[in-house]
Amino acid sequence: MSGQPTHTPFHPRWYRPRVSTWWWLKRRSSLAFILREVSSIFVAWFVVFFLLLVAAVGRGEAAYQEFVRWAAHPGSVLVNLVSLFFVVFHAVTWFNLAPQAMVVRMRGKRVPGKLIAASNYGAWVVTSLLMAWIILAGSR
Amino acid sequence: MAKRTTVEPLLWILFSAGGVVAALVIPVLLFLFGLAFPLGWLSLPSHAHMLAVLGHPLSRITIFVSCTLLLFHWAHRFRFTLYDGFQIKHLNGLIVIVSYGAVLVGTVAAGYIVWQLP
Repeated sequence: MSGQPTHTPFHPRWYRPRVSTWWWLKRRSSLAFILREVSSIFVAWFVVFFLLLVAAVGRGEAAYQEFVRWAAHPGSVLVNLVSLFFVVFHAVTWFNLAPQAMVVRMRGKRVPGKLIAASNYGAWVVTSLLMAWIILAGSR
Repeated sequence: MAKRTTVEPLLWILFSAGGVVAALVIPVLLFLFGLAFPLGWLSLPSHAHMLAVLGHPLSRITIFVSCTLLLFHWAHRFRFTLYDGFQIKHLNGLIVIVSYGAVLVGTVAAGYIVWQLP
């Protein structure tokens, strides 16, 4: 801020340092925070991608094959590869945070955080295997 | 202190629920349909199988609810990325309207798409 400092009568002077737009590049932890926030854009992309798949399946065999051909374009593959990186980053940080968000008590004792994180990872593995199994049951 | 009712806790719960869905189901689905099937690493499920899996009433409801939660998750983080990350504070009202407007549009689209499955 340049120029003369302004005063408010009968009030302490405001102290508001200007924060740079790129403040989150200064520390690893704040960069991780912003990357996690940005992962939400790829979550939205997945919703669009998945709904396009569902719509294509609904339109019939030809539309389904056309969708898979479109998904095999280098551009689509690149977007999905980047999305996968961000979504996995979201998942790992989300499960690591779970012990702070979930306070579980059993017989009056707090369940240790490691156990809560482990159970979340377990749920991730089971869900992934179950969904892959259901989908791959129809592979030719 | 006067008690004020805000919609913020509800939005946070929807954000959180969407975060759980995103972490649990997106990686495997994105890997399969975004990489493994298009690139031929795994053989593509038949159309009849996909139709049977997606068309099941339970799947339709799950897809609809999940898509809505995921969009709420996106909206919450997206608007705070612009607000805190990029310090766009003067457009906050517009950003909120656009974000949750997109959630509404996406929810209607998801409902229509799962409803019209044969």
